[in-house]
Amino acid sequence: MPAGLNINLYAVMPEILVTALALLVLILDFFIRKNKAALGWVSIVGLLCILPVAAYTNEPYPVFGGTVVADSFSAFFNVIFIIAAIFTILISMDYLKKIGVDRGEYYHIILFATVGMMVMGAANDLINVYVGLELMALSFYILVAYRVTSSRSVEGALKYFVLGALSSGILLYGMSFAYGAAGSTNFMEIAGELGKGDNTFLTLGIILMAVGFGFKIAAVPFHLWAPDVYEGAPTPVTALLSVGSKAAAFAAFLRVFTAAFPAFQADWSSMLWLVSAATMIFGAVVAISQKNIVRMLAYSSIAHAGIIMIGLLVFNDTGLSGVAYYLLVYAFMNMGAFTIVALFRNKGKFENIDEYRGLASTRPLLAFLMALFLLSLAGIPPTGGFAAKFFVLSAAIDAKYYWLASIGVVSTAISLFFYAKVIFYMYMRDPEVGAETAPSSGVIYNIVLFCTATGTVLLGVYPAPFIDMAIKAVRPLLM
Amino acid sequence: MALTLTHYLVLSFILFLVGMAGVLLRRNIIIVLMSLELIFNSVNISLAAFSYFLQNLNGTIFVVFNITIAAAEAAIGLAILVAVYRRRQTVNVDELDEMRG
Repeated sequence: MPAGLNINLYAVMPEILVTALALLVLILDFFIRKNKAALGWVSIVGLLCILPVAAYTNEPYPVFGGTVVADSFSAFFNVIFIIAAIFTILISMDYLKKIGVDRGEYYHIILFATVGMMVMGAANDLINVYVGLELMALSFYILVAYRVTSSRSVEGALKYFVLGALSSGILLYGMSFAYGAAGSTNFMEIAGELGKGDNTFLTLGIILMAVGFGFKIAAVPFHLWAPDVYEGAPTPVTALLSVGSKAAAFAAFLRVFTAAFPAFQADWSSMLWLVSAATMIFGAVVAISQKNIVRMLAYSSIAHAGIIMIGLLVFNDTGLSGVAYYLLVYAFMNMGAFTIVALFRNKGKFENIDEYRGLASTRPLLAFLMALFLLSLAGIPPTGGFAAKFFVLSAAIDAKYYWLASIGVVSTAISLFFYAKVIFYMYMRDPEVGAETAPSSGVIYNIVLFCTATGTVLLGVYPAPFIDMAIKAVRPLLM
Repeated sequence: MALTLTHYLVLSFILFLVGMAGVLLRRNIIIVLMSLELIFNSVNISLAAFSYFLQNLNGTIFVVFNITIAAAEAAIGLAILVAVYRRRQTVNVDELDEMRG
């Protein structure tokens, strides 16, 4: 580890550019009085320009005194975050007009949440992880409460805030123990201190940090906030929360546990085994009884978090790259499903699954796309969801985690039931007479749906180059 | 009697437990927010104590970051609280059950 500060602005260029873009949007907000959607377009154009920079920023050496590492891992996750942010902003522009809070700072806060996620992915120091996590979390507290006239939105925001701040406090307490035991907040220095002398504090720190991250990825038993927050938040925010926040928490989780605590792998993997199994089964079983489509998707995202954790437990290049690949696929398929939900959901309409009945006859294309996303979430070939699940579960079998892999398969089989329920309502039932017809999709929605559907199918039928990318992405973690 | 690291850690642990109990048991949201502050400050004590006894500056820097973040967090928490109060006319956690988790 170089002792010097080694300040290299190029390594943090994506973060700098997104921050600058966020500030630009905030300033433009003063000058653009009427059409706030223009700010959304500014953000999207800016993010599209930053995307190649983020994808190619690759400096495998830690910079800024070892606190930041901009390697292929952070580049891979930065791409996921930026893509998720672009889709979110695209579907937000119309949605904000619909719910009557068309204000400029929304885009600013989304961009800052993205910066927070990017900082988490590139952090190589406990302080950086925490600052990135809080930047993301604080932005999400505001975004969840954005529909201030809706009592559900503010109720969800308050629940998210209290439980989120509590989990941050627990995470922070764990970090303070890890710091106290290792005498450093730097991951490499913590790893170097492992095994010297008494490790009680370090073990305690690891457990508390796992609880903190478990909350952010909504793992059982720290999932209680997820359904309420997902239901209350504006739907595009829910989409970003389920895709971006989860990916960022997994990125930081992976980085902390592989870079700082590799020697404790045996200890934390037995703890995570139980959490992963409980999360998979609980999420899938409870989702069956949900009537509200957003709550159903919330529990399904809990079940997915359990399956992604298998990859973390396997802890070799196939397992960890499985996590990265799964999160990439999840970004496309979940974003797609939430896009359709955001399009339909309006003033209490299209909240429940049975309101989707007969959609195949009134809006055949949208029904087909919804079915595609749901089948991908369920893990049916030839979609990306199948490739991702196959990848993670076969890694588990290779690593002799037979029980965990079996639980994963059982959870997938159960989850097929509730995904199929929506498809059944859309295709097998006739539309209710006199019921409100589903709105048709505009050009912007069509673009998002086309991109997410293409991504979902492409990642399923031609996964090889993307899996290579994921394997390349996790290589720095295993050195 | 000289204060040792253990004294500070015990103090921090007690404050952490008090804060935790406050968040989980109290029904008034304002008390819950105060308890959250208590949790953050208990961590600050632990970090500062480690930093002093290890003769390492990282912990002190961490504390400064924490204080800043806790301030931002309190501002957002109170803003959300005001929004909730305007909608519901209550600061009781038990009455916020429109959605069943």
